[in-house]
Amino acid sequence: MVDQTEPQGQLAAESVSWKLIFICWLIAMVATLGSLFFSEIMGLIPCELCWYQRIFIYPLAIILLIGLHPLDTGVVRYALPLAIIGLLFTVYHTLLFYGLIPENLQPCREGVSCRDDSMVLMGFLPIPLLSLAAFIVIITLLFKVRRLAKAGLN
Amino acid sequence: MKQNHFTLIALLLMAIAFIAAALFHNTGEEKAQIARVTNHSAALIKDHSIKAGNPDARVTIVEFIDPACGTCAQFHPFVKQLLQQHGGRVNLVVRYLPFHQGSDKMVGMLEAARKQGKFWDVLELMYATQNQWTKNHVAQPDIFLALIERAGVDVARIKQEMNDPAIMKIIQQDMADGKLLGANKTPSFFVNGKPLSSFGYQQLQALVESEVNKHY
Repeated sequence: MVDQTEPQGQLAAESVSWKLIFICWLIAMVATLGSLFFSEIMGLIPCELCWYQRIFIYPLAIILLIGLHPLDTGVVRYALPLAIIGLLFTVYHTLLFYGLIPENLQPCREGVSCRDDSMVLMGFLPIPLLSLAAFIVIITLLFKVRRLAKAGLN
Repeated sequence: MKQNHFTLIALLLMAIAFIAAALFHNTGEEKAQIARVTNHSAALIKDHSIKAGNPDARVTIVEFIDPACGTCAQFHPFVKQLLQQHGGRVNLVVRYLPFHQGSDKMVGMLEAARKQGKFWDVLELMYATQNQWTKNHVAQPDIFLALIERAGVDVARIKQEMNDPAIMKIIQQDMADGKLLGANKTPSFFVNGKPLSSFGYQQLQALVESEVNKHY
């Protein structure tokens, strides 16, 4: 019994891992294409903090895809640091956007202010909040993949 | 295999969604832009605006410029050529959108030179020497003031008149009009009130030619 269920359990875990990484990749892709849509199609100028978040989300769209084909849960080791650093910028940006950090601390000088109204999509969706949600979900799911991979090894 | 299909389908769907959204956005934006210009047609040309070419021409190009803008400098010979090609049938109106820091002073010099009948000489000298007096996208009016005598102007008078509050009012009016018309980049072109929806030499030429054919 044990001999039969163990490889099956491992297969199931791998299938779950694949799906989790796949979702992370989808989020990273949507964030990448979405941010390019804002700047290249809608002509919004990315503020300074948006650039830093882009720096950490764009590579995820590529390395997570590589980790999917064939499945390599080791991709989490490379993806997590990027996502966590990206999250730090996003948290800072969100705090700034909602005025929880005083304005004189903000590093935005030229171009668009990181608190600009153009950051709000369709009147209710602030871009910093979307970015925050994306990084939080990606990090949560990647940690889950890491736990599954570690459980599989033991 | 199934997983490969998942990824391919996802990639395909995302690409389609991106292109569809871009097309949707662009057509909407084009319509909004045309509506803006129709609603604010009085904002296109003001009495204070500098004009070139035959005043009776039936085709008018309105160009919003920033003296510190590199693309404006690149476009200038082309616009001049367009006027020459259609001798007498096309004229030009120049409006100011000095977005670059320090560029309002450059406009001050242009308007001061205009009083000496040297607007175009100074504008062309500005464009030709642009890389000398722009540093990191900031205009350095003092550097250009040292070059301006090459345009054959009375430099002392330029220095005296370039800070005239009346010039600052012209800039404010032009910036306000630019905003009304949706001109948020330089150069921005309107030909007989039609915005240049897709930017480029050929597109501008095509727009001018279609207007010339319509009116002559």
